[in-house]
Amino acid sequence: MTAPALPDGLVAVVKRDCPTCTMVASVLRQLADGDTPLTVYVQDDPSFPEGLSPVHDADLAVSWHQGIDTVPTLLRVEHGKETARTEGWSRAEWELLTGRRDLGEGLPPFRPGCGSLSVDPDRVDALRVRFEGGVLRSRRVALAALEDEVEALFDRGWTDGLPVVPPTEARVLQMLEGTRRPPDEVVAVVPPDLEPVTVEKVAINAVMAGCRPEYLPVVLAAVEAACTDAFNIHGVLATTMPVGPVLVVNGPIRNAIGMNSGVNVFGQGNRANSTIGRALQLVVRNVGGGRPGGVDRATHGNPGKVGFCFAEDEEGSPFEPLHVARGFDAGQSTVTLFAGEGPRCIVDQLSRTPESLATSLAACLRTVHHPKLPLVFDAVLVLGPEHARVFADAGWDRPRVLDELHARLQLPGGEIVRGAGEMAEGVPEAFASATLPKFRPDGILLAHAGGGAGLFSAVIGGWANGAVGSTPVTHPITP
Amino acid sequence: MPVILDPTSERRPAARERLDRPPSLEGLTVGLLDISKPRGNVFLDRLDERLTAIGATVRRYSKPTFTKPAPVDLRHEIATQCEVVIEALAD
Repeated sequence: MTAPALPDGLVAVVKRDCPTCTMVASVLRQLADGDTPLTVYVQDDPSFPEGLSPVHDADLAVSWHQGIDTVPTLLRVEHGKETARTEGWSRAEWELLTGRRDLGEGLPPFRPGCGSLSVDPDRVDALRVRFEGGVLRSRRVALAALEDEVEALFDRGWTDGLPVVPPTEARVLQMLEGTRRPPDEVVAVVPPDLEPVTVEKVAINAVMAGCRPEYLPVVLAAVEAACTDAFNIHGVLATTMPVGPVLVVNGPIRNAIGMNSGVNVFGQGNRANSTIGRALQLVVRNVGGGRPGGVDRATHGNPGKVGFCFAEDEEGSPFEPLHVARGFDAGQSTVTLFAGEGPRCIVDQLSRTPESLATSLAACLRTVHHPKLPLVFDAVLVLGPEHARVFADAGWDRPRVLDELHARLQLPGGEIVRGAGEMAEGVPEAFASATLPKFRPDGILLAHAGGGAGLFSAVIGGWANGAVGSTPVTHPITP
Repeated sequence: MPVILDPTSERRPAARERLDRPPSLEGLTVGLLDISKPRGNVFLDRLDERLTAIGATVRRYSKPTFTKPAPVDLRHEIATQCEVVIEALAD
């Protein structure tokens, strides 16, 4: 729907149910008697203000399209264009805008206005659908009157096995308020069907996942990162291994949207953590066509494939944040995608020296996927605050911790060749006299998260790394 | 009546008629695509022998990695050089 044209001169938008508007009715009468034409739009009572022949903005189209947040709002319009605006009553502002010197004798110099009906929380969603619904290009699916709307989405194959929020026009438009990007912008091409996905389609799936609009920029960044050749979501989806996209969020947006980086960081209970990763997976399912049993051939999968997203605890960390270590400014919000399995706990309640703790962590990291398989898999090591403190107290920074871990993860060939330790799995006999690192040099991603009590850390094992598999991708989050 | 928005791509690949099955492979060019899983070549070597024995011309191809879709250029190469293609998955 196009915006109604404004008449030239002075334009006021008022409602009777606003004490400031009733107070300035006398001022509007003063203006109506002046040389500049005055048009008054009223939102509620078409007879208010008496004697001024107000125009009833019954459907609030004028208020919506002129972006009226407050009543009274006074505009000056020249050649159909707004050239000045003031909200509420301020004698100085009104006199400046109108060029008059005698307005509102006896009135207080200033009085704030009231909320416009066009931004009334009970009406704003319906108004957005009426006036802006035309920007949405997706097919409308009318559900039958007797169809349960949650069941209807299961029936169409659009859920991950949990209920989803029905993506109505009102909810999707509200979701799109979370980004400055236009709804028809193509975000990425989503495997396995290699389908282009627009901001609007991402927003629809974000609504279904349960996201709030302010999470949308994180979801958009995650979709972009997942669909890079480096991350290779096609392979992550298709593999028989149990991995899925693991999202680590860094930067100011973590706190702005209320993400959890502390107690129960991988668990339930925080809406942003629980829904952002889920939204990405719904995009892969619904837009990319990647479904379990179809292209998703995981032998076991893992519960994190519903969605696995957490924030790094930067404030409590003795180390520089993950995204800074990966080349971003601390003030830039990012999401890092890692093709990972579920987290596994590392318990060490007795190490009080960094050397002892590093040796413990290395012993557990060695077991990622199999203690006799080197170099093939990356891992995310999430240090709990009580473990991180052991390193911090000894003055070990991030590079030192990683160096010490890698030094303890040099595997003697004799221990890992096929047949050694009475296990057929391992590397070919030719490596018997070699020493092979468990991880490639940048194969351990270190993050800091978790509750303040517990001498624990966690390891998230990866998938085939490098060009044949998946490389972790850190992507900037933009508004 | 609630109205919701379609969360899918809304694009369905157009259904296309398959080519008729060739009555014989004799004289045809058959492409063998190795997806680069270990030991796929063992299976394809044997197919190569048997196809050659019945008079087919065999051309071999391989994907850079089994974890990613075949590159567009490779698909085009196979489509322009072969009349029949066999893709092998082995592990």
